[in-house]
Amino acid sequence: MSLASSVPPVAQRRGRAGHTSMLLRMIVRAAVLRRNRVLSALLAIGVAAAVSTALLMLQFDAEAKLQHEFRNYGANIVVSGKDGASLPVDSLDRADAALAGRGTLAPFAFVIARTPSGQALVVAGADFTRTKELERFWSVTSWPDARPCSASPCPVPALVGARASQMFQKPDQSLLLTFQGREIQVKLAGTLQTGGPEESRIYIPLIDFTAWSGVQPSVIEIAASGSNRDIDAALKNLTDAFPDADVRPVRRIVEGQARVLYRTRSTMIAAAALVAITAALCVLSTLMGWLFDRRRDFAIMKAIGASDRLLNIFFMAESAALGVAGALPGFLVGIAVAAWISRSNFHSPLTPRFAVLPLVVGGCVVVTLLAAMFPVSRLHRLQPAAILRGE
Amino acid sequence: MFARLVYESFRRQKRRKLLAGSAIALGVTVATAMIAVATGVGDKINRELRTIGANILITPQEDTLDLEAGGVNLKPPSDGAFLRESDLPLIKSIFWHHNILGFAPMLPADATLDTPQGPLHVTVLGTYFAHPYSYGKEVLTTGVRTTHSYWKVQGSWPDDGSQDVLAGERLAAKLDLKAGDTVTISGKPHAVSGIVSTGSAEDDEVIAPIALAQELLGKPGAVRTVFVSALTKPEDAFAKSDPKKLPQGPIYDRWYCSPYPQSIAYQLQQAIPNSHAAPIRQVSQNEGIVLSRIEGLLLLITLAALLASALAVSAAMATTMFERRAEVGLMKALGAGNFSVASVFFAETGLLCLLASIFGFVAGTVLAHQIGWRIFGSSLEVQPVVLPVVLLVAVVVTFAGSAAAIRRAVRLDPVFALRGEA
Repeated sequence: MSLASSVPPVAQRRGRAGHTSMLLRMIVRAAVLRRNRVLSALLAIGVAAAVSTALLMLQFDAEAKLQHEFRNYGANIVVSGKDGASLPVDSLDRADAALAGRGTLAPFAFVIARTPSGQALVVAGADFTRTKELERFWSVTSWPDARPCSASPCPVPALVGARASQMFQKPDQSLLLTFQGREIQVKLAGTLQTGGPEESRIYIPLIDFTAWSGVQPSVIEIAASGSNRDIDAALKNLTDAFPDADVRPVRRIVEGQARVLYRTRSTMIAAAALVAITAALCVLSTLMGWLFDRRRDFAIMKAIGASDRLLNIFFMAESAALGVAGALPGFLVGIAVAAWISRSNFHSPLTPRFAVLPLVVGGCVVVTLLAAMFPVSRLHRLQPAAILRGE
Repeated sequence: MFARLVYESFRRQKRRKLLAGSAIALGVTVATAMIAVATGVGDKINRELRTIGANILITPQEDTLDLEAGGVNLKPPSDGAFLRESDLPLIKSIFWHHNILGFAPMLPADATLDTPQGPLHVTVLGTYFAHPYSYGKEVLTTGVRTTHSYWKVQGSWPDDGSQDVLAGERLAAKLDLKAGDTVTISGKPHAVSGIVSTGSAEDDEVIAPIALAQELLGKPGAVRTVFVSALTKPEDAFAKSDPKKLPQGPIYDRWYCSPYPQSIAYQLQQAIPNSHAAPIRQVSQNEGIVLSRIEGLLLLITLAALLASALAVSAAMATTMFERRAEVGLMKALGAGNFSVASVFFAETGLLCLLASIFGFVAGTVLAHQIGWRIFGSSLEVQPVVLPVVLLVAVVVTFAGSAAAIRRAVRLDPVFALRGEA
């Protein structure tokens, strides 16, 4: 038994495989034989892919994280009873339902009470757990907690505004407050600094407040999270849920957020465009060099009868393959860069978005094909005879 | 001979040099523009954040407690202490006066509006709209149009010297007022020049030039509070130190001379007699956080962009050098040493890089201006110090990119290069 019968001769093998295999083979051989050239082209494409991946990922990620930072400004929507009237008893549940977990909210009730010396001041009832979550900019020495109290009558722990705290002669002294003939003893549990009107108030737990004054909450402050569209949706839901109350956006916060986020996004897009253009030009110069290197190969192909169209397809296929091959590792590096930026700037991990992958790969292929257009136009002018003669 | 070689190379290979040069120029353009963006964006975003409102509030030192609940202040306007309007220019006397973007005094006064339904009690809030004032040689205009830029007016803003007023949106809806109507405030007719929408308590009020509110209140020259909008540095732990407890000397000076909201407020309090100034925490504290996040983000992106353009440029340079092995072979065959061959190529690269970088720097400056105008509505400045830095980086990057290729070319046996077998 001869060797030839068990293993088909090379020519036979190749013959069976047909034209597609030949094209593939030429592309692979070209890449292997001109390693340096291919590597530098891959590097340029990879860099472009990595930076665009990182910027696209950060685009979504940073925006979500910045929106989160904006929630520290406190409420962006306020629901209040018309002309200072109390809200219906079930309003907290209604607001919770309308918000559907996309944000935080806190109810407040207000009365004007008097101290024994006749000084009038605003006493507010607040749900401290919710308030702490909502008003993150409040600077509080210590939040009042559920009181284990042995004394009777038990003074209510109060969060006292910095300016109202002058009412307390000594920090451990309790203060008697009167509203419509009803009295309550409050003790200073912590002081509050905001730089705003809150500093003139005394905050006490809502339960004690209602029991003492009989007044229900008249204001619900809401910090709806998400983009401006989400906030608008929350606003609409709340308006529907409270037909008899005033539902108003805190315009300065909402508008400030929109402006800052828009500017940041635009700057990032500008940066991405700049880097992509640079990388595209470098891909172009690499491809030009590659073509120059291989003018003999193309001359031979032309000499043995390859049409211009075939050469076009060949060179374009090569470029597209380069685009894909450069984009994939670039994508991975891009995720790593975005993750690093996210971690070092926002101190929180990045959520990779794989939806970006087709975008990046498609973009890289388009850029390489565009860059290949120029060299391809030179292919047609190639004179096989002149080049093969070594001129 | 050396100069001629370099010159001829530029003359004969115009297209290839142009391509390599444009890669470098583009890289430098991107680098210059991105550096300008990264260094300028803090200031720009800081100004954007100022739309959220004033960040420092000045109140009279001996003021009584506010009786504000649910956006309505129940304190009688004549109650408590006042600041003097004539002291306000002192705001610009402080160390950080350049950082003060504007201020707006506020004076609420009670008044009665004559309406078809009978008299209606309203608050007339006196303030500056765009009031010119001078301190020393500086002449500036300030008022709510600067400090409360989220206020929207339908119609036109009243003149500060006039008797015209703005009607709050909800008050206007209640009374069916339009811009151009006339209202009678405490017996005197006033033109309503516009309807203002603020999204807060002012929507139920009448906004008037401060002189009108002073007249209604019978307190000429009085001001209740002043909102100050200042560019500040993000606050850190040091910012929160109590100036009275800081030891005198360098530590105190460092606190005093940093534009923290706290130190600007402290200086304002010192400058204006009988005043109390404090940062509005809601604005000032978060501003710092948002600002430092965005600054950090863009700084890191700039770093990534710089790295990317450096890599891309050095890849392009490597390609260009690789193409010229045959020339190296010829030079070596004619007896040139490795050193002289390498120096010709480095000189060529250096020259190309220098020309391209200067071009790129100019283009980058233009681009930075464009980005500034398009995105922020004001120009982004490129510091001149960026030029030498960018030049140096560009030269290092191009040399690094071509070094490996030049080394390989020099090492190559001229025979292979000349036969075209490399």
